[in-house]
Amino acid sequence: MNGYEVIHEKSPAFYDRFERKAELQQQTHYCPGCGHGIVHKLIAEALTDLGLQDRTILVSPVGCSVFAYYYFDVGNVQVAHGRAPAAATALKRSCPESIVISYQGDGDLAAIGTAEIVHAANRGENISVFFVNNSVYGMTGGQMAPTSLIGEITTTSPWGRRASNEGLPLHVCELLAALETPTYIERVALNDMKNIMKAKRAVKKALQIQKDGGGFSLVEILSPCPTIMKMDPVVARKWVGETLVKAFPLGVFRDRKPELPPGPKIPVKTVAEALEVEESAPEIASPRRHHTRDLTLKIAGFGGQGILLMGQLLAEMALREHMEVSWLPSYGPEMRSGSAHCHVSLSHERIGSPLITQPEVLIAMNELSLHKFAASVVSGGLILYNHTKLPEGFSAPQARIVCVPASEIADRLGSAKVANVVMLAALLEETECLPAESAISVLETVVKNPRLLELNRQAMKAGRDYVDTEIEVGAVAQPDGYSY
Amino acid sequence: MRQLCKGNVAIVKGAVLAGCRAFYGYPITPASEIAEYAALLIPEVGGTFLQAESEVSAINMVYGASSAGMRVMSASSGPGLSLMQEGISYIAGSELPCVLVDVVRGGPGLGNIAPEQSDYFSMVKGGGHGCYRNLVLAPASVQEMFDLTVLAFDLADRYRNPVVIMTDGFVGQMMEPLDIQLREIEQPAKDWAVKGTAETRKNLITSIFLETDVLEAHVNKLEAKYQLAQELETRCDEYLTEDADVLLVGFGIVSRVLRSTVDQLRAQGLKAGLFRPITLWPFPSRELCKTAQHVKSVMVVELNTGMMVQDVKLALNGTVPVEFYGRTGGNVPAAEEITAQVFARTSALV
Repeated sequence: MNGYEVIHEKSPAFYDRFERKAELQQQTHYCPGCGHGIVHKLIAEALTDLGLQDRTILVSPVGCSVFAYYYFDVGNVQVAHGRAPAAATALKRSCPESIVISYQGDGDLAAIGTAEIVHAANRGENISVFFVNNSVYGMTGGQMAPTSLIGEITTTSPWGRRASNEGLPLHVCELLAALETPTYIERVALNDMKNIMKAKRAVKKALQIQKDGGGFSLVEILSPCPTIMKMDPVVARKWVGETLVKAFPLGVFRDRKPELPPGPKIPVKTVAEALEVEESAPEIASPRRHHTRDLTLKIAGFGGQGILLMGQLLAEMALREHMEVSWLPSYGPEMRSGSAHCHVSLSHERIGSPLITQPEVLIAMNELSLHKFAASVVSGGLILYNHTKLPEGFSAPQARIVCVPASEIADRLGSAKVANVVMLAALLEETECLPAESAISVLETVVKNPRLLELNRQAMKAGRDYVDTEIEVGAVAQPDGYSY
Repeated sequence: MRQLCKGNVAIVKGAVLAGCRAFYGYPITPASEIAEYAALLIPEVGGTFLQAESEVSAINMVYGASSAGMRVMSASSGPGLSLMQEGISYIAGSELPCVLVDVVRGGPGLGNIAPEQSDYFSMVKGGGHGCYRNLVLAPASVQEMFDLTVLAFDLADRYRNPVVIMTDGFVGQMMEPLDIQLREIEQPAKDWAVKGTAETRKNLITSIFLETDVLEAHVNKLEAKYQLAQELETRCDEYLTEDADVLLVGFGIVSRVLRSTVDQLRAQGLKAGLFRPITLWPFPSRELCKTAQHVKSVMVVELNTGMMVQDVKLALNGTVPVEFYGRTGGNVPAAEEITAQVFARTSALV
C-alpha cells in the first residue's frame, strides 16, 4: 500500500498466547469489528517503537477492556469502575520511572469516573489516558453512556436519548481543555485507515510526552461497537465516520507544556528528626527528684484564653517529672471565641479514664465555666477562678475557692495572653502538684521568642506572688475533707 | 525517650517508623489531623502525600500505591469510610496490603463529630461486598496508637490484606506520653508488585475471576488466610480478672473508662475485672472464654447500640449471662455511670 508501512508481525508488547484467557487463547475476547483491538494494537506498537514495554504499567478499567491484561505483556493492574486515573496517579508517584497508561471507556471515564479524570488532569499527572468512546456501554449489554447521541436508542434510553431527560452528550476533550494543566489532548477516530494512522500518531505522541516527563495527556478515540449497534463491522465503522465524528469533532484541543509556578522546597529530614526522637528535652537524671502529687483537673474558659495550652504545659511538666499523664480536650467544629475546656490527669500510676467528670481542681477562666463546672468538683476540691471576687450569690460549698484575677494581672504585665501562665503559677503554688522550676523549663522549650519568654517568667512570678501575698488562708470556705 | 504526643499524631509517627511513604486521604473531622500531620511528615522523609478529590479516589490511590509495593495508608471517619468500602473490597480481593484508620464519629448520616464505636459492624464485619475480612485493631492509648500502627503495616504485608485501626475522637485528640524506640523495620520483599520494571512485568493485580471454580478457589484462598489470622493474631489485655465475679468487656476509649470502673467497683466490694480486645477481628474469643470461665456475669460496654456484644455472646455461647450497656450520640459514660449500671444489672447474679 502506498504511503503505509505494512506490519506483518504481532508487537512483542502482546503476549504470544493469551493464557490468562481461559479458552481460545489465540484470539481476543473482543467482538469482530470492535475498536478495542485496533487501539490495543496501536498502544502495543507504540510501546515497542519507544522501547517502553518493560517500564509500562497498564491500568485496565471496568468495561469491555477489563481484560486488557489478557493481551499486554506489561505490568498490569485492574481497577474499580471509573477509578483508573486515581490508581494511575498513585502508581506513577510510587514508580516515577514507570510509564502508566490509564485505559478507559466512555462509561468508566465520562460517567462514574468523572471526578477522577478531571482531577488527575488538573494535577497534570504524568500519565497517558486512552479514552475509547463508542457512545454506549458495551460490556453490560448496551445501556446509555454519557456520550450517547441525542436520539440514540439504548436499553436504558429505549425511546432514544432525550436532551430534556439526560442532557447532551458529554464532550470530554473540550471539558478537560478548559483546564490549564494538561499537556496534550486530542480526539481521533477509527473510521478509516487515514484516521487510524492519525490515532496511531496520537497514541505514540501521548506516550512520548510521558516518557519525556511532559505531563498529562489524553487521547479520545471514537470507536465502533458493531455488536451493540447491531451493525456489521463495515457499517459500524462507517457510522463512526458519518455520525459519531459529527457529534464529537476530531482535532487537537491542547498541545503545549503548561507553565506551572514553582513550588516551595520541602525540607529533608531523617526518620529520627521527623519523629522528634532526638529533639526531646534531656532526661532528668533521677526520676521524681521533685515533689509531685497525683491530681485530676478540668481547665475551662473561652477559646483564645490559652485553655488547652495551659493543660498541655501541665502535662509536659508531669511528663518530665516521670509521671503518667493524660490530656483530653473538648473538640468541636473549628470556631473561635466559643468555650473550650480540657481534662488533665497527673498520676504516678497507669491512668484509667482520661475523661474527668469529677475533677479535684477546676480552673475557671470565665464566669460561664465557673457556673457550668463548679458543682462537678469533688468534695474537698479546689476551684481557681479568674476574677477578684466570686459572682453575686455564687456558692460551691464542697470546694475551696480561690479567686486569682489572672487576666487583670496579665493585662498589667502587658499581654492578656499570659493570663493562663499566671493561673498556672497560682495552681502550682496552691497545690504543689508540680515544681515551678519545671514550668519554667517547659516554657523555655515552648516559647522561642526571648521577649515573650521573659513575659512568661514575669507571669509565673506574678501568679505565685499573688497567691503568697493576696490570698489569706481561711478567707474562703474550707470544708472538711480538704485532702491535698 | 518519652514525648507528649496526640493520638492522631502518634499514628503518623508510627507510620513513618514503619516505612510508610505514601498517604492518600481526604479531610474529615475528627480524622483530619492525621492527614494534616501526614502532609507535614511524609514528604519530609521522602514520601508522597496527596489530598485526593474524594475518599473514593483516595482509596483507589491507596490501591494503586499498594499495587506498586508501597507501604501506604489513609485515614478517615465513618462517612469517608462508607465511601471507601468499594475500594476496600477490591483491595482485599486483589490481596493488597494497606493500613486504614477510622476515627469513628457519631452516626448514622452526618451524625456528629463526637466519639462513637458505631463503625464496629462496617469495619469488623466488612462493609463492602464479597467474602473478605479486615484485620481490625483498637488502640486505647497514645502509645498504642503508635505501636499498633507499626504492627498494622506488618500484618497488612503478612496477610496482604487491609488492616484497619479503629479508634475515636477521644483517643485521637488525647495527649499522653509516647515512648518511641527507634529501630529499623524490615519490609518483606513484594515479588508480586507491579513497579514498571522488567522483573515485575509478568505481574498482575486483579480481583476479577470469571470462572466460577476459579473465583471459589480464590475465595477459599482468602478464607485460609483469615483462618490463619484467627489462629495467630488475636490480641487482648486484661486487668484484675483472676478473681473477678463480674467481667467488664470494652475496647478503645471505653476500656480506659472501664479500668477506672473496675477500681471503683472493687473499692465498693464488688470483684470486677476488665477484658479488653485489642484485635476486634480476629476477635479474641478463646482468650475471652478462658477468662470468663469463673465469672458470674459479663457486662459489655460500647459506644453504640450493641455490636461487639454479639461477638462476645458468640464466643461465650450461653455459658455466662451477658449484659450490655451502650451510649451513643457522642456521649462517653463516666466510670461512675457504669459503676451504677453494673450494680443495677449484675448484682442479682453475684
